[in-house]
Amino acid sequence: MRAFSYEKPGTLAEAAAAGAREGAKYIAGGTNLIDLMKLEIETPAHLVDVNGLGLDRIEETAAGGLRIGALVRNTDLAADPRVRRDYALLTRALVAGASGQLRNKATTAGNLLQRTRCAYFYDTNMPCNKRAPGSGCAALEGISRQLGVVGTSEACIATHPSDMAVALRALDAEIETMRADGVARSIPIGEFYRTPGETPEIETVLGAGELITGVTLPAPLGGAQLYHKARDRASYAFALVSVGLVLREDGTGRIALGGVAPMPWRVEAAEAELGEGAAAACEMLFAGARPTEQNAFKLPLAERALAALLAEARS
Amino acid sequence: MPSDFETIPRETGAADGAPPRSEVSLTINGRDWSGVIDNRVTLLDLLREEIGLTGSKKGCDHGQCGACTVIVNGRRVNACLSFAVMHQGDAVTTIEGVGRPDALDPLQAAFVAHDGYQCGYCTPGQICSAKAVLEEIAAGVPSHVTRDLEAPIATTAEEIRERMSGNICRCGAYANILAAISEVAEGAR
Repeated sequence: MRAFSYEKPGTLAEAAAAGAREGAKYIAGGTNLIDLMKLEIETPAHLVDVNGLGLDRIEETAAGGLRIGALVRNTDLAADPRVRRDYALLTRALVAGASGQLRNKATTAGNLLQRTRCAYFYDTNMPCNKRAPGSGCAALEGISRQLGVVGTSEACIATHPSDMAVALRALDAEIETMRADGVARSIPIGEFYRTPGETPEIETVLGAGELITGVTLPAPLGGAQLYHKARDRASYAFALVSVGLVLREDGTGRIALGGVAPMPWRVEAAEAELGEGAAAACEMLFAGARPTEQNAFKLPLAERALAALLAEARS
Repeated sequence: MPSDFETIPRETGAADGAPPRSEVSLTINGRDWSGVIDNRVTLLDLLREEIGLTGSKKGCDHGQCGACTVIVNGRRVNACLSFAVMHQGDAVTTIEGVGRPDALDPLQAAFVAHDGYQCGYCTPGQICSAKAVLEEIAAGVPSHVTRDLEAPIATTAEEIRERMSGNICRCGAYANILAAISEVAEGAR
């Protein structure tokens, strides 16, 4: 691991200033960043520990929703009585991810910002446009069973690994940040992640030093809220395909997918097809999909997972 | 600063251009430890290499196996995925603090009684994890197999299996690990 200097600021303004330094990176739970630092895929010269900023509360908003602090641990978010009652999809997605140990450390903001688990991103002996821009993509001709089928590019077919983000996408979360100049802004999660295009190393719209301070959920949607995660073992594995579903009594709802794209994948137009069934919705969700021979199974798998959830929601 | 532990001596390497170091104080198994460490030292390496508490094991060193599981401020975490400098003021419990050979924790006794290990390498992590699992269920923290998110959670075999999935046993002693944890859960009821 490369050496780094360390500081733990006590105020947001100090953190934002420190985070703007050349080579600086924020650290919260560290469960993904430390892993990547050991492999020297991430090589920050300076770590800014944000655990002292008091961003660890879940508060009710005037609009009837919840504001989740950036540092709320995945365990605490999943277990919060308001989340379990009103945003069950979020609890179900959270507890489908990682292990109990990791969820105790992992934070809301860190979960959003975790890097892909593409094996070629992790293998520093192989080309990877995300890790080493311009070096090529070993996954395109390599083992791509786990990788993306939609929203990908010629430069990168990596997926975003988060379960939590799939639920937040379906629930229309907004991501609150503070920029290095101290200006706050709110970014709808649908505009937060970037498709890889020619620059897969740029994953979000965050600017240099911009710090996530919280995530806001709108008022509860109600309805049945279900999450299905298909994976190679029953627990503690990344998704091949995951489906988050909200189905309300009037037949309207939300669908978001994980494990298929460089971001939690949602196509709002597909939700108008919910009454027509899973096949019609998936046709729109996977419009323009470019699966490889090895991961083309993800399309029928997602459709069947959605069909199963729709049947469960209506029963 | 006084430490209750005798730190393993090593060269300080404090020459110019040396990697940045920080001072950290924390409590381990109820005893205070203070020292100056390289910022890159993980909590696991602090415990094993600096302090000599070798009960916590290094399996994968990437948070995938759970052999390094310790309890920090009452919550189980992977000690390998945590920088020691970030644990200023924390209270850490390792397997050495869970029980001693002459005063076993009920979980330790149950692992012996049910033969919940073969080589034993994963066992300290399994036991630290299991202690926290029973508390998490009692506190109502839901899991992937919890069907009703608002009802109290029963300590079923299914719940224990799911919650212990972050602790891998290469020997495959899972059936006996489950029996040991179930017995202690049963006794707690």
